[in-house]
Amino acid sequence: MNYSFDFTPVLAAWPMLLEGILGTLRMSSLSMVFGLTLGIVFMMMRMSRQPVLRTIAIGYIELIRNTPILVQVFFVFFGMPAIGLRLSGEQAAILAMTLNCGAYAAEIVRGGVQSIRPGQIEAGRALGLHTADIYRFIVFRPAIRAVYPALCSQFILMMLNSSLVSSVSAEELTYFAQTLDSQTFRSFEIYLTLGVIYLVLSQFFSAALSMIGRVYFSYPTK
Amino acid sequence: MSVNSSQKAIEMVGVNKWYGPLQVLKGIDLDVSRGEHIVLCGPSGSGKSTLIRCINHLEEIQQGRISVNGTELSQKGTNADHIRRDVGMVFQQFNLFPHLTVLENCMLAQRRVRKTSAAEAKDKAMRHLERVHIAEQAQKYPAQLSGGQQQRVAIARALCMDPKIMLFDEPTSALDPEMVKEVLDTMISLADGGITMICVTHEMGFARAVAHRVIFMDRGEIIESAKPDAFFSNPSHERTRAFLSQILNH
Repeated sequence: MNYSFDFTPVLAAWPMLLEGILGTLRMSSLSMVFGLTLGIVFMMMRMSRQPVLRTIAIGYIELIRNTPILVQVFFVFFGMPAIGLRLSGEQAAILAMTLNCGAYAAEIVRGGVQSIRPGQIEAGRALGLHTADIYRFIVFRPAIRAVYPALCSQFILMMLNSSLVSSVSAEELTYFAQTLDSQTFRSFEIYLTLGVIYLVLSQFFSAALSMIGRVYFSYPTK
Repeated sequence: MSVNSSQKAIEMVGVNKWYGPLQVLKGIDLDVSRGEHIVLCGPSGSGKSTLIRCINHLEEIQQGRISVNGTELSQKGTNADHIRRDVGMVFQQFNLFPHLTVLENCMLAQRRVRKTSAAEAKDKAMRHLERVHIAEQAQKYPAQLSGGQQQRVAIARALCMDPKIMLFDEPTSALDPEMVKEVLDTMISLADGGITMICVTHEMGFARAVAHRVIFMDRGEIIESAKPDAFFSNPSHERTRAFLSQILNH
């Protein structure tokens, strides 16, 4: 083996990597927020008494959870223009990741809602609260709290999966790493560094999410 | 409909209810006057909880009529929210909202249902928390309180909606013995205020102290309904006697 390791080209390209990190953070965070929102909407449809809403929700959830995320990204970016929706790489990436995250979040949050004791909902009804208010003010927070760890690992998984959207030239970390690789051919150094950066990002997300959890779910339980 | 129906807080006529093939309420006829205090007792599974849960439509009935303050509850419960404005309920398991403080528990429905201003809602919440002697715990969360304290908060929470009728579903059954008295005392002082009360309980001391009528249910039927003195000293039905001997002689 006569390969001599040289990290200088990688380190010299730090502004590019930083831009990539910001891209990854931006797209992942937006997809998390939109995905959780979408997930809650589909969870409510999934649990609705209306067969039509329920069927739509089940169809969406099953479709997303049983197809590869890369295919979903390609479909949004390459397929949608056929029906007139032409998106930039980043827009397509955020849309695809939101749709993906929404399906998983819907099922996770549903588990949380089902863990709420019926007495909680009955107490709300006995007080005269409407169903929407019962969900918003009584069920939501304890339900999310119950499944928060699962939700966080889903978010982190999605952040890691965001490397796939480099394939539709969304300008995130892996995209810039590939660009750098084609300029310098320092593949070993570049992808090793990339791995380390993703590792640090996961740790960062994990810490940030658990901090949010500690603030939002600070109420004591037995 | 009778002429003095306006004097009736609750009117149940021919109420039948099934869970699948099992009939849990059988031809229930019950009139409750305004300001009347009723204690409902009977063996477990006799349908007493189900009966009071039908009044605010937490349970659906299949046959019969239920009117609350002259308003008939529609079969599918489309006007349940309207009925619930007048009916407060206290549960065996308290059912306080764990993520809200005691004060917030008492404010939520005022704000959302009555659209009361925050200041006014807080004011009323504190008044009722004082009434149940727990105002100093207003900023705590339910899990930080004892069972008896939680149940008193649950009573205050219901009272914040100015109910005309209060339903109690075994309010002391989940409590440690030493906490039963504080909850019963709260309920007795509430009864003194003249509110209409229906209470599912086996606390016979409470029944003697506040009930105008004690009703005994068994297997979905009302077996006996009498003033407490007559009910305890001279029950007319064999099943009532058997039940009383079981709960009074341990």
